[in-house]
Amino acid sequence: MIEPVFAVLVGIFVAAAAYLLLSRALVRVLLGLVLLGNGVNLLILVAGRLTRAVPPIVPAGSEVLPATVANPLPQALILTAIVIGFAMFAFLGVLVFRAYQEIDADHSDRMRLTEPEGEPQPPLEY
Amino acid sequence: MTGTGASLADWVVIAPLLLCLIGGALLIVLRGLVKVQVWVCLAVIVLVIAGDVALFLRVFAEGPLTMTMGNWLPPFGISFTADTTGAGFALASAFVTLCVVLYMQSDTPEGAVRDGVYPLVLLLLAGVSGSFLTGDLFNLYVWFELMLIASFGLMVLAGKPLQLDAAVKYGVLNFVGTTLFLMGLGLLYGALGTLNMADIVGAARNGDAAALTAIAALFVLAFGIKSATFPVNAWLPASYHAPPPAISALMGGLLTKVGAYALLRTLLMLLPEARETLAPVLMAVAVSTAVLGPLSAIAETHLRRSIGFLLIGGVGVMLLCLPSGDISAATGGLSYGFHAMLTFAALYMACGLVERATGQVDTRQMRGLYAANSLLSLVFIVLLLTVAGIPPFLGFWPKLLLLQGFVGIGDWLSLGALLLNALLTLIAGSRLWSHVFWRGTDQAVAPPAGAMAVTALLTLVIVAAGLAPGLMVAAAQLAAADMLNPARYIASVGLSP
Repeated sequence: MIEPVFAVLVGIFVAAAAYLLLSRALVRVLLGLVLLGNGVNLLILVAGRLTRAVPPIVPAGSEVLPATVANPLPQALILTAIVIGFAMFAFLGVLVFRAYQEIDADHSDRMRLTEPEGEPQPPLEY
Repeated sequence: MTGTGASLADWVVIAPLLLCLIGGALLIVLRGLVKVQVWVCLAVIVLVIAGDVALFLRVFAEGPLTMTMGNWLPPFGISFTADTTGAGFALASAFVTLCVVLYMQSDTPEGAVRDGVYPLVLLLLAGVSGSFLTGDLFNLYVWFELMLIASFGLMVLAGKPLQLDAAVKYGVLNFVGTTLFLMGLGLLYGALGTLNMADIVGAARNGDAAALTAIAALFVLAFGIKSATFPVNAWLPASYHAPPPAISALMGGLLTKVGAYALLRTLLMLLPEARETLAPVLMAVAVSTAVLGPLSAIAETHLRRSIGFLLIGGVGVMLLCLPSGDISAATGGLSYGFHAMLTFAALYMACGLVERATGQVDTRQMRGLYAANSLLSLVFIVLLLTVAGIPPFLGFWPKLLLLQGFVGIGDWLSLGALLLNALLTLIAGSRLWSHVFWRGTDQAVAPPAGAMAVTALLTLVIVAAGLAPGLMVAAAQLAAADMLNPARYIASVGLSP
């Protein structure tokens, strides 16, 4: 019964990711996204049952799988999620670097172009 | 475990996706041929619309239609299931994309074409159509990510500092949203052992109610971020005004609606018992989003940001049907989604014309456009009245259906929120209109004629649909009935209800 250990590990991953995502420094936010993605991948692996079992290969001469086999589906799901997550991370990494070059800020407090501070009040009359 | 092959006619379910994906790949191959790009893109979108129309008519007449990949019988194979909801939304999104591509002709520089704006548009449409037509939760996640990465590309296309700033906020928060969705579906797979939507409906009836409620709460948060509901909507007003107006129109019309659709699909159809448990939370979310959206729009002077706040209010109205799950309210919610796709795309397009005509983005500096361009002012006020839900425009009918539902079940809080949303939207809209069009007499330049014609034509379609809402209401009634009682949906996938 190794599941509780993995559950705690997923919890640690997600908690660390949440801590990093709350940071104002964009590099930390990116690392938080990586950790969150890995925590979720681990969660899918645990959710799809963890057993010491044989690979899911149908033995010669038989038409069905033996009783205890590893679940192959979570691995397929995780593989897809890893590919997508890596592509997203690569894009966001380049994006943050470009933002650092153009806006000279890797800190969300200094990225105020879309929502400028200290704007005058909206007109009160028509 | 394998079934007989799908008949050729059933391919219509995945035709929109195939066309978009092949078209997008083709356009990337043809990158060097700048002049050809737009024509290939338009041809693909017209084919997609033809496919969507055929699919919608068939689904409307015969009920949900399923195609399962690789001849693996459900729930093992990945199913695509088009019901009236999915087919109707897919049709609306393809139509909006066509209008936006035509609109783009007047203000898209050659550099943007070289950078691949047309393949990205097609891939965005593939992601949106796939989300509407898929019958598998993990597949829905994949389409969400495809849609997201295409929208990233569209948002940063010119690479201006403003766009980079917006894309960082948009990208990070939406990526967190889809990761939370992935977490929810991983847990759902652990709890029920299936990801096929039709199979989940049956399995969830016998599932652990506490676990399913926690999973549904994760879905509410994840899709809440995607559809910009209060209090996780801060990314939308920080990003939707940064790209060119045509891209804003595409995103404002399609992306938040996909999130709201996923919320309706998971909570109304897949996990109805968990929805009843979460009803107070859903009520708080929907009511606050519906009221705070237009209230923020009143205090906003940037034209497209202010429309973004109205858009947020619209998502709140669409989600007002969730807490009760009443059939009339669900009919209203689904038809509101259809109306909002067309209307908000048209509104962002009209904003782009105003920005071109005045050379400004902030309403404080805009004035006197009425004298310079009365057609634009007419289009703008008609669209604002449509958003507010004034009869006889298109936005009135969904709100009437929602109203009937709330009166029928005595849900006075939702009723109040709906009416307050309409009033505040009307105040915000009329303020915007009078500031932009009615103040002062400064001369403005005329907006480009082609883009003006497309916007006027789309508005005309919206007005015509508002004058003859019979088909929309009938389709929404059927869609809501199938959503709340998915027996036909499950039978079409080939499982026993």
